[in-house]
Amino acid sequence: MKHVLESVESQFEMFQILNEDGKIVNKDDMPDLSDDELRELMKRMVYTRVLDQRSIALNRQGRLGFYAPTAGQEASQLGSHFALEKEDYILPGYRDVPQLIWHGLPLYQAFLFSKGHFHGNQMPEGMNALPPQIIIGAQYVQAAGVGLGLKMRGKKSVAITYTGDGGTSQGDFYEGMNFAGAYGANNIFIVQNNGFAISVPREKQTAAKTLAQKAIAAGIEGIQVDGMDVLAVYAATKYARERAIAGEGPMLIETMTYRYGPHTMSGDDPTRYRSQDLDSEWEKKDPLVRFRKFLESKKLWTEEDENQVIEQAKEDIKEAIKKADQYPKQKVTDLISNMFETLPQNLQEQMEEYKAKESK
Amino acid sequence: MAQMTMIQAITDALRTELKNDENVLVFGEDVGQNGGVFRATEGLQKEFGEDRVFDTPLAESGIGGLAIGLALEGYRPVPEIQFFGFVYEVIDSISGQMARMRYRSGGTKNAPITVRSPFGGGVHTPELHADSLEGLVAQQPGLKVVIPSTPYDAKGLLISSIRDNDPVIFLEHMKLYRSFRGEVPEGEYTIELGKADVKREGKDVTIVTYGAMVHASLKAAEELEKNGVDVEVIDLRTVSPIDIDTILESVKKTNRVVVVQEAQRQAGIAANVVSEIQERAILHLEAPVLRVTAPDTVYPFSEAENVWLPNYNDIIEKVNTVMNF
Repeated sequence: MKHVLESVESQFEMFQILNEDGKIVNKDDMPDLSDDELRELMKRMVYTRVLDQRSIALNRQGRLGFYAPTAGQEASQLGSHFALEKEDYILPGYRDVPQLIWHGLPLYQAFLFSKGHFHGNQMPEGMNALPPQIIIGAQYVQAAGVGLGLKMRGKKSVAITYTGDGGTSQGDFYEGMNFAGAYGANNIFIVQNNGFAISVPREKQTAAKTLAQKAIAAGIEGIQVDGMDVLAVYAATKYARERAIAGEGPMLIETMTYRYGPHTMSGDDPTRYRSQDLDSEWEKKDPLVRFRKFLESKKLWTEEDENQVIEQAKEDIKEAIKKADQYPKQKVTDLISNMFETLPQNLQEQMEEYKAKESK
Repeated sequence: MAQMTMIQAITDALRTELKNDENVLVFGEDVGQNGGVFRATEGLQKEFGEDRVFDTPLAESGIGGLAIGLALEGYRPVPEIQFFGFVYEVIDSISGQMARMRYRSGGTKNAPITVRSPFGGGVHTPELHADSLEGLVAQQPGLKVVIPSTPYDAKGLLISSIRDNDPVIFLEHMKLYRSFRGEVPEGEYTIELGKADVKREGKDVTIVTYGAMVHASLKAAEELEKNGVDVEVIDLRTVSPIDIDTILESVKKTNRVVVVQEAQRQAGIAANVVSEIQERAILHLEAPVLRVTAPDTVYPFSEAENVWLPNYNDIIEKVNTVMNF
């Protein structure tokens, strides 16, 4: 029996292309990106880091509402998104606003989502995405449905969904992968493993050695990737996308990453559950630092480039928050209108009641 | 006109809509080759193919999520939850997700999903199969909840539910599946959601009810007629939203009301009907509005079903109380 038991033990090796010093350690898997595309990836990561810093400041000033900080996770979020095409469908978790922005959600709408205005959830025409999901894992089962729909329609596109390490403990995480696997649906499942589900460390979520290996039980492909290495995340997602649209089925990607900030800006204090040593250990792996070193060595990035992106981001954010602040406020009658295609009797009555209140 | 059981009428409605609209998809546990545990999807996979009528893995939350995702890709999913007692496994996909699709997306997305599910007591099922849990979903804004009581209504209401561009929970009382036949027209016809039906006209007292209790109420009405009490029976057909206009019209005529439901008494559909009546028509009432319900225990193990479920004697007793008030 012993040799049989040993044969099912699994340990995934982590996929990496750039090491912490910005050196290529895996030449064979180096993605085929042009110089402009490499610069664009860096631009997006710098821009998103500035957006995170400004969002935290705006939240502290009371000008934003719900906000889940993203610093540290840029490579996982933007590297995976960079491998997508416009027609791909994103089902994000609550921290995945950057992917929505780079998929076409105007910045002022991202701010309106944060403030709790429904216009933040109205994706522009032709942009395939759901608003960020609040229930952990719910997007995984829905993604299987979108992925099956894309397959049945014969579309050469994928449904990509994101959760965190905590999300992998949910039943919906497994059900989503299992359904997608059973139907051979066009899906990419991403787990951004940032080590903590609010305060609970990854080791307490599961006895499994990796989260990537959970793909095996669902019969789909799985890989663990250095989530601070934007090229590795990009390459893995690109590979998953090509497989999916070729009809080879879904894939799970675990990205090993870290969030520098709190879980959200609603009172979480990471010093209660993380040591400063751990923070510094991960800051050494920073995705921007590493990729900047790589680009500088190829003479593709300068301090001037960096400053230009920072200034552009600050300018855009200033404009966007102004636009969000000036956007018409929601009324109860707006909320009532958004419940059904045709209002039933109870809501018709309530509509009249609130119309009268609002006209006073 | 064809004579059909309710289960045949449901199959007929599914077939009609599968034919009408290529975006209609029927799926769930055992609905493919096996035709569903109650045979509601009998022959449909053979007729429409495995892409339109298919089995799912055994996971209700997954089924709900699948329906939502397919709806986002322009399909019109008709998932089956094998028994509504399993709804606790899929309550997030139903109440947390599909009910909120239009609202959450600021009116830019919708979920034209009809969740079909058998429920209801008296057929000796194991635990968590027979519970009347319509109140659970009726409490969620964004859902319509439909419960037919006859084969004719079942077909027309199911076609309307599938065509509706918002989610509908369509609950089928198991005891009614094969207990009698009724006339069902061939081809397509619809019954407007949110409209009650007067199943029996009367002038002395109104019974407001739905599902299997429509038949217990009609039986009670026959008995009461022998004692000179002329009972009107209103079948809600849609329990959320309720058709208050039809109820009020009847109340203003009879001035006496009993509301009957198979579900437990606490926080249910009947309580909502009573509240609406007293808010809108208290001066038309000659007696308090009474309820006939099951007691507030957990649904009983099957041997105790017959002493636990409300029956026509309970209805006669309450009608006599309001008549003699």
